[in-house]
Amino acid sequence: MKELLEKVLAAYGPSGHEDKVRAVIEGLIRPYVDELRTDALGNLIARKHGAGKRIMLAAHMDQIGFIVTDVDKHGFLRVHNVGGIYRRNSLNRRVVFENGMSGVVSCEVEGDSPTDTTMLKLFIDIGAADRADALSQVALGDMAVYAPECTHLMNRCVCAPAMDNRAGCALLIGALQAVTNCPNEVVAVFTSQEEVGLRGARAAAYDVDPDVGIALDVTLVGDTPKGERLPMKIGGGIAIKVMDSSVICAGEVVAALEAAAEDAGAAHQREILFGGGTDAGAIHQTRSGVPSGALSIPSRYVHSACEVISLDDLEAGVKTLAAFLMRG
Amino acid sequence: MELSELTQLNGVSGNEQAVRAAILREAAQCCDRTRVDKMGNLLAFKAGTRPGSGHVLLLSHMDEVGLMALGVTDEGLIAYDPVGGIDPRVLVSKRVTVGEKGIPGVIGAKAIHLQTREERATPLTHRDLSVDIGAKDKASAEQLVKPGDYIALAGDYLAFGEGFVRAKALDDRVGCYNLLRLMRERFTCDVTYAFTVQEEVGLRGAGVVARQVDAARCALILEGTTANDLGHVPEHLQVTRAGAGVALSFMDRTTIAHPGLLRALKACAQREGIAWQFKQFVAGGNDAGAVQGAKGPLAVASLSVPCRYIHSPSSVCSLMDVEAQYALARAFLMEGAAFESEERG
Repeated sequence: MKELLEKVLAAYGPSGHEDKVRAVIEGLIRPYVDELRTDALGNLIARKHGAGKRIMLAAHMDQIGFIVTDVDKHGFLRVHNVGGIYRRNSLNRRVVFENGMSGVVSCEVEGDSPTDTTMLKLFIDIGAADRADALSQVALGDMAVYAPECTHLMNRCVCAPAMDNRAGCALLIGALQAVTNCPNEVVAVFTSQEEVGLRGARAAAYDVDPDVGIALDVTLVGDTPKGERLPMKIGGGIAIKVMDSSVICAGEVVAALEAAAEDAGAAHQREILFGGGTDAGAIHQTRSGVPSGALSIPSRYVHSACEVISLDDLEAGVKTLAAFLMRG
Repeated sequence: MELSELTQLNGVSGNEQAVRAAILREAAQCCDRTRVDKMGNLLAFKAGTRPGSGHVLLLSHMDEVGLMALGVTDEGLIAYDPVGGIDPRVLVSKRVTVGEKGIPGVIGAKAIHLQTREERATPLTHRDLSVDIGAKDKASAEQLVKPGDYIALAGDYLAFGEGFVRAKALDDRVGCYNLLRLMRERFTCDVTYAFTVQEEVGLRGAGVVARQVDAARCALILEGTTANDLGHVPEHLQVTRAGAGVALSFMDRTTIAHPGLLRALKACAQREGIAWQFKQFVAGGNDAGAVQGAKGPLAVASLSVPCRYIHSPSSVCSLMDVEAQYALARAFLMEGAAFESEERG
């Protein structure tokens, strides 16, 4: 699981530009699925045939980042956020572009207030001498992400940017690799553009037309000093979502996921999140409605360059999802 | 139909019939079939010359921002709510047209002589403003205006300066104008020209359009967008520049442009010598956001005409940019609407 997670964490993939992540995932799942295709929005859609229910699984590939909107005459890049970037998590952070170019995100000093949350005063410094020099490496519209760096902490905790949602991708890949002779039709969608509004999942769900939808994503926790008032904690098992701000999960799906976790002997906890959303928010409103739920990997410091999860929770998630898929 | 005529029609969101009727007259003459759906979207289909060359969806929205009457005050003035995004500071002492009869009105505010220092420092809100139709009292105003009546901004069309025009509703009659010009030709691929309703109140018509269109390969949105190329604005906040060409969006609040489609449009503009620029700011959204996932995935891109003072009775754009929008859409269609896609399997 550790190696699998490291592989998907290393790939570059901000919203709308998920090609590199998709290529890595394709390589990892090809032997385990019956069909594989990519749609016009960049969703990677894998099928395992089965006679039972059509279950759509959605793990988003994209990560938050920055888009270059202007380059000034001194070669500094002006940016806008792609998805939920926090300014305070970004200052003097190293970022990388798709072509490998590195840069540092920083901020205007003059007239700045630390409580300001807009991106208008941020810029990326790539060490360019002037505008033309910068434009030889980076074009307007190019995106940068927090530089990938995976670190192992105590007690099987792992720290990296893009854990949201490569951890969910790893969970889904792990389950696809584990499940054979599945009685259900499994449609695993590695979705695009979740961080900017569940856009890939919404489009894919229309095509897939599922009987049940399950999203695989990370969730927030309340287990840090004077942290958020949330019941989830890392190391407490895979989180079975009850609700967030995008979806109230179907009761029967929550129950089935909890039963699957019990069957598999996997540690689990409930997730109740008042902010944040996930692909289930788009799937459950597809066509005439789809009963939906989600398995979430508890994560500290979500949407920072140091998102921390526990490998134990991730493995509990794989076992739970595999058991769920095998149920009649 | 000329841009001067199109901008003078009133079509506040949900009340697009005058615009639709005018467009339908032309579309019926040069397309193979037209239909108006239940929401009021107009879809005009024109088959390509070469079967199997795919199907492209082009969209522009017919509606414009405006106001809706809430009722008559004791003084005989019309209270209103905005329809779509209008800055109340833009409305003071502007002319409007009220209801189906086209009653002239003006939006009034207290004269500067009568304002306290505090009032002068505080911007007026829509609640502080009302429409004066010159009625002598409440009863006679009520004879003329009912709650729910639409109120359109009035702003004549004027060509001025060096290739600029000033009018209301340039957003998005420029797109409607160019779609009408494009549909006079027959391309190799099939094209559906969609004129949508209710874009300004939340992209409500376009998703409904997408679900009625079979197997489109991509959608191009022809729009008016914000230009902020004013003297005091730092370069990185200017969004687009009027007169610098058609604006291509890499990202706005509703979409990230399809990378292959965006590359193809840029290459097409470069090859044909068509002036283009990026929309260099992530703000606003348009029908692209509603069509891209409405009926499964669809590649989308926006071609916009930069408009200064957008959503006002005096928006300003460059006719060169209007031409560039037309030329780029046309060149892309002439070349068979080809673009690279990751799509496979």
